Amino acid sequence: MNWPARRDTAMNNPRERILSRLKAAPKAAAPLRPDWTPPTYDAAGRKAKFKAMLEASHADVHEVSPHDWPQRLKTILANKGVGNVVYAPATPAGRQLAESWAGSGPELVAYDRAVEEFKDVLVSKADAGLTTTKGGIAQTGSLVLWPTPDEPRLMSLLPPIHVALVEEASLTDSLAETIRAQGWAGAMPTNAVLVSGPSKTADIEQTLAYGVHGPKELIVLLIGSDSP
Amino acid sequence: MAAEAGKMEFGAKAHTALNDPKLRANFRRAMDGLMTKRAIQFADEAEWTSLRARGAAARANALAKLAELLEQLEANCLRNGIQVHWAETTQEANSIVLGILEAAGARTVIKGKSMVTEEMHLNAHLEKHGITPVESDLGEYIIQLAGEAPSHIVMPCIHKNKAEIAELFHDKIEGQAYTENVDELTAAARAALRGAFAGADAGISGVNFAVAETGTLVLIENEGNGRLSTTLPPLHIAVTGIEKVLEKLDDVPPLLSLLPRSATGQPITTYVNMISSPRKDGEKDGPKAVHLVLLDNGRSRVHGDTELRDTLRCIRCAACMNHCPVYTRVGGHTYTFTYPGPIGKLLTPQIEGLDCAGDQPHASTLCRACADVCPVQIPIPDLLVRLRTESVRPTSGQAVKGAGSSATAAETLGWKGWTLLYASPLVYRIGTRMLGWFGNLMPSSAPMLKQWTSVRTKPKFAAKSLHELAREKGYCDE
Repeated sequence: MNWPARRDTAMNNPRERILSRLKAAPKAAAPLRPDWTPPTYDAAGRKAKFKAMLEASHADVHEVSPHDWPQRLKTILANKGVGNVVYAPATPAGRQLAESWAGSGPELVAYDRAVEEFKDVLVSKADAGLTTTKGGIAQTGSLVLWPTPDEPRLMSLLPPIHVALVEEASLTDSLAETIRAQGWAGAMPTNAVLVSGPSKTADIEQTLAYGVHGPKELIVLLIGSDSP
Repeated sequence: MAAEAGKMEFGAKAHTALNDPKLRANFRRAMDGLMTKRAIQFADEAEWTSLRARGAAARANALAKLAELLEQLEANCLRNGIQVHWAETTQEANSIVLGILEAAGARTVIKGKSMVTEEMHLNAHLEKHGITPVESDLGEYIIQLAGEAPSHIVMPCIHKNKAEIAELFHDKIEGQAYTENVDELTAAARAALRGAFAGADAGISGVNFAVAETGTLVLIENEGNGRLSTTLPPLHIAVTGIEKVLEKLDDVPPLLSLLPRSATGQPITTYVNMISSPRKDGEKDGPKAVHLVLLDNGRSRVHGDTELRDTLRCIRCAACMNHCPVYTRVGGHTYTFTYPGPIGKLLTPQIEGLDCAGDQPHASTLCRACADVCPVQIPIPDLLVRLRTESVRPTSGQAVKGAGSSATAAETLGWKGWTLLYASPLVYRIGTRMLGWFGNLMPSSAPMLKQWTSVRTKPKFAAKSLHELAREKGYCDE
């Protein structure tokens, strides 16, 4: 693509004119950012808050163990009459799912190629999508989605049901804590998303309706450290 | 809308709106709901106070370093593979967007909700050049079907009730039966727009926060249409005003805690979408090219006045309009221009000029409800008074476009006389004595008095001034 040269030296381009006006403006001292402390919780309170906030946003939260979650998921999806699940075959969670999925149950569909060859499945055929998360935030009941080449962006967005795996050990109190603890400022990925419930709208008479463009349902599998 | 079309129309339009019971009922219901939900979110006064102080400081800090942060944002975006464009005017921004689309051979565009593209009237520009923009936010989709402009910056179709929307969908969406069931209406929009998402050649979005430190664009939304618009099509163009920049990623959490709670009373929006680059090698989805268009459109001029600069702190939560006794009664379309309510009547005259929208700063009771709820502490009423002053200042100032445009020789003379009256005890004494003697002889229809008495009872002048009465009682003013 051929753009007008942006680095013109003279004042004849918008960039230079805008910046020179801003630089010529009278200086005001940059204010100090006053102290502000987001809420903190103890371990039990953190988990309880996380669940309560998600459930208030219309998500289903199931407590599962590291070993039984594929079976639990199979039952949950079968009860909903789900026909297929899009999953990421190259992630550890994807491998665990595939290994324990033998027999009946919803069909597993691997998101293993570029969207250009997979769009049709995602847009109109997929019933559910399974993703992992980088963490969970108690204050707002938010999942931290951190898509990777192995686990692409659209699998949490286009299917009508989004299933998310959250490690209980990865729960944090607040977004501010998460950004610092996980060192986001030095390592932002192509896309990171906080998800705090199923897709919703209140544009018509402030009446809540779910699943307007994204998933209608959000199912969170909260993986504890021990087998229950 | 051309600037001239909306020139000083507020009064006439307000009169019409006030006499529209359906419009008033739609706004009243919506505003009451939003105020209640916000109040629940900020019930803890101490938390609100410290949070908004932090949020206001984050925004003020960004504005204090705006030039260097924009350069840093640009450098980091370029490093991440996001192409950056600068536009001084909305026309330039429209041309840049059109140029990117044409170079990519794009014919259809799916749009996430963006007020800055409304400010540009981008849709009309694209349509004129044969490109079809489809709004995907439910509220924006509804008003696009109706051929209207947003009446609220967060809830664009708040002026319509569900019967009107049911009628519109029945009329405009093929095969759609008339239904007032909100779930069914929502499902109809989902079905109608799925194909548009899948077939779009490009996605266009706004930006809520642009983080200079990381070159990250933060977009918040509830529906998922914003994520789809920025993920599914092969090309993404983000458009933002230059003021939306933040210095650090650490500035995002407090503002993210303020914005949705102030706007809709939600603790957080369903989605917080953070975009830092186009699709990288090996990644399976996401746009292959991402462009960021930085629009000035008068903002750098506003920035040039250290008092009015606070206008640019705005994070577009709409709490000021939700709580405004004027907006609540007249609705968003009365303001003609893109941004209605208190922030609109503060921003619009500065962007368009006081000669064009100088009536808007007067559409306020200065009750301070807007200042009380503003999450970034913009002193809206004080700045409205400043604009009122600027519009009648006899000499044109530098910072405010159209300053002095409402100044008249008679009024200037009047204020000079007033100043003299109050600066000189002798003149003051003669003046009040004259009013005591002759004031009541002035008819209500006298020039200048006429405007005052059209909505008020003419004051009755006492025969003796308070000074005289006090002196007669033996009080001494020396």
